[in-house]
Amino acid sequence: MSEQTVTRAQLSDAVYQEVGLSRNESADLLELVLNEMVAALTRGESVKISSFGSFSIRSKGTRVGRNPKTGEEVPILPRKVLVFRASQLLKSKINDGLAKAARQQKS
Amino acid sequence: MTKSELIARLAEANPHLYQRDVERIVTTIFDEIAVALARGDRVELRGFGAFSVKRREARQGRNPRTGEQVAVTEKAVPFFKTGKQLRERLNNAS
Repeated sequence: MSEQTVTRAQLSDAVYQEVGLSRNESADLLELVLNEMVAALTRGESVKISSFGSFSIRSKGTRVGRNPKTGEEVPILPRKVLVFRASQLLKSKINDGLAKAARQQKS
Repeated sequence: MTKSELIARLAEANPHLYQRDVERIVTTIFDEIAVALARGDRVELRGFGAFSVKRREARQGRNPRTGEQVAVTEKAVPFFKTGKQLRERLNNAS
């Protein structure tokens, strides 16, 4: 599998092709979508995108960590982390893609 | 927030767009990410995070109820790593 990186440019291009807004407006809307998601997450809300997956916030408590270089103990402060759970549909799409790539490699 | 709430918010903030178009925009974005991942590509959105696909090798598993051995085939699982900027925002907002 040749792994490539898709960025904002390709996503906004897809919006441009699909919806027929200008390139600029397509890029702006992609940004607005991400901003709305970030805003909801920073409010502590989870974001559920049906058939894609859900993003939720998990609060982590204090724990004792260690500086791996010096072995020194350092407290790790309570913090919030974002977890993404892929939907069943996304998982199966990805596995179908993997199976297809494997078949192509064989033939 | 659900996908339909996200669409409603965006439609409200962009009254010059049809709700129908806002729906297509949001759907296109997530479809495009899914298609990229299915190809085995990474999707990197600076400031937000990066989606990637990790491979899990085939392994011998066990049925936890019966203890019976079962072969688990090779799998690919989607993975999301939160971007630095978002991670910081989550912790400074509170």
